[in-house]
Amino acid sequence: MAKLTIVEAVKDALDCELARDKSVIVLGEDVGLNGGVFRATDGLFKKYGDKRVIDTPLSESGIVGASIAMAVQGLRPVAEIQFDGFTYPAMDQLFCHAARFRNRTRGRYTCPLVVRFPYGGGIRALEHHNESPESYFIHTPGLKVVVPSTPYDAKGLLISAIRDPDPVIFMEPKRIYRAFRDEVPEEAYTVELGKAKVVRAGSDVTLICWGAMVRECLRAADDAAVQGVKAEVIDLRTLSPCDYETIFASVQKTGRCVVVHEAPRNLGFGAEIAARIQEKLLLFLKAPVLRVAGYDTPFPYFKLENEYLPSPDKIKKAIGRVIKF
Amino acid sequence: MQKDIASFRVKYIQILDEKGNVDKKLEPKLSSQELRDLYRWMVIERVFDNTALALQREGRIGTYAQSLGEEAVHVGSTFATSENDWIFPDYREHVSFLMRKVPVKNLILHWGGSEDGMELPERSNIFPVCIPVGTQTLHGAGSAIAFKLKKQKNCSLTFVGDASTSTGDFNEGLNFAGTFMAPAVFVIRNNQWAISVPRVCEKSDWGCCQSRAQTLAQKAIAFGFDGIQVDGNDVLAVYSVVKQALEKARKGKGPTLVECFSYRITPHTTADDPTRYWDPKVVNEWVKKEPLARFKLYLQKKKLWDEKFEAAVQAEAKRMVNQGVKEAELHKPKPTDMFDFVYEKLTPDLCEERKEWQS
Repeated sequence: MAKLTIVEAVKDALDCELARDKSVIVLGEDVGLNGGVFRATDGLFKKYGDKRVIDTPLSESGIVGASIAMAVQGLRPVAEIQFDGFTYPAMDQLFCHAARFRNRTRGRYTCPLVVRFPYGGGIRALEHHNESPESYFIHTPGLKVVVPSTPYDAKGLLISAIRDPDPVIFMEPKRIYRAFRDEVPEEAYTVELGKAKVVRAGSDVTLICWGAMVRECLRAADDAAVQGVKAEVIDLRTLSPCDYETIFASVQKTGRCVVVHEAPRNLGFGAEIAARIQEKLLLFLKAPVLRVAGYDTPFPYFKLENEYLPSPDKIKKAIGRVIKF
Repeated sequence: MQKDIASFRVKYIQILDEKGNVDKKLEPKLSSQELRDLYRWMVIERVFDNTALALQREGRIGTYAQSLGEEAVHVGSTFATSENDWIFPDYREHVSFLMRKVPVKNLILHWGGSEDGMELPERSNIFPVCIPVGTQTLHGAGSAIAFKLKKQKNCSLTFVGDASTSTGDFNEGLNFAGTFMAPAVFVIRNNQWAISVPRVCEKSDWGCCQSRAQTLAQKAIAFGFDGIQVDGNDVLAVYSVVKQALEKARKGKGPTLVECFSYRITPHTTADDPTRYWDPKVVNEWVKKEPLARFKLYLQKKKLWDEKFEAAVQAEAKRMVNQGVKEAELHKPKPTDMFDFVYEKLTPDLCEERKEWQS
């Protein structure tokens, strides 16, 4: 078994699916000879040629709009948007068309499309290269939203996304693209969409997170353990449809919950999770559900990004507050 | 140093003038049956349109976008396709659906407020009604690229209005089609109006218009392929130019943009009041140029039209449309369908909401 980083696991998943299914194509800006600006498609152009790994004009709405049609016509396009902040021009196509084709035609036309892009802050990047736009996509019925946090999951979830009959937004935490390696099987395998994973067991507080925030939560949980607080950490992996069963089972047990995300707090996914928990488990709660999130500001330029981002320290403080409540 | 490095031309084509006189050199070689079919479909569209308008007035369907006066664009273009070609409509090409064997029932259901209308028959090869203006250009382009990738011999035919040409997606769509040399034909129904905003800039120093470009056809040039303007009220011109464009696309010679120059002699939709912005004198001039009248004169000269034929065509159209209306009005949408087609399988959330609705 090879030890791969997240970005290598993404490439491995694309490679497996390109090899398995002739209808799978990869398209986007610089995905061809250049292998993608993060090298997520490195070598695929040489292996599969320019009809399977396709460089497109710089045109995000174009990439997604054309991919939607290709999906309806029976191909399995995997579109890359180069950065999170550049998904915005493609949102019209995603919201108005990708998400609606099945419903609009009562199942006659479907749109098995994957749009993958690197997201999130922490890499000292330029403006528009640090966004966490998951809420927009989660809020749109008809889309699925997937965020891996490990190389193993990145490969298995991406393969599942490509094989899924509905459009999937696949957000890759670029901050940890190369942060660590995992044993990743060479062959194709799937990790089921819609299933969260308890990545650390605990009994005092539930930390809910995804993407690059999983590592931050695990660090906070390590710190908390020193002070005798046992934190359970849930990596949601799929944000839509969300695995509330796993969340409820954990919070029922711990009675305390902190949701952690990079996106701004206001109407971030943490708001929905908190609402669902109080609807279901009010009498089990020992403290209000807290959120550690990005501030309700534009993502700051990189000199201040560490002030903005949730950190193990901020998470630890929130744990302290729910424990002492 | 200074020199011209590029120059371009834009052709205008009219085959049938307002009086039904034909340009013999350009006249397409169509059989009597085909010519009568063109007429028949134009009548069907008009009967459908009148019926739908009446239904809207009676509150039996919702807001409706009329096609009166634009039949030549829709019928001429659709008639030029082969049945394996895919059509990408916006929301005014009612007859294109009917010509692709989509029952009248479906269209009435759609405009009557049910998604069931766009559960299109197998092999109708037409995308559903597309309301966000211009976005369908990318579906026409993307599908054409897919056909090319799959080594299929079919083409895409996309309809847009004049205002669509101002959108990003129109321009991105044309650019995709051009770069990939996709077998795509784009038809602009230039009816001079985007609700109340005119196509042409009348002021030399200010906007309040769609584009300062002399023609919309010339926009193709920027993407590396041909743009042609045709008389959009001349069904023979529309048919011939689109037919040639499709043949060119099928031979791998890339896309074409066809601007059909016409006029919207109706409100934008039934929710619009054009007396606020248009000049009735101009409209009346354009009413005289409408496409059915001149095509009828042409058929008459060819002895392909008489009162008996007209009566038969009208009767067939009315029967077909009335039957569809009857079927649509008997149809009851299933409320649980609201939940059942968002994803292939119900998500846990939708399962819960569906149960909640049922209780």
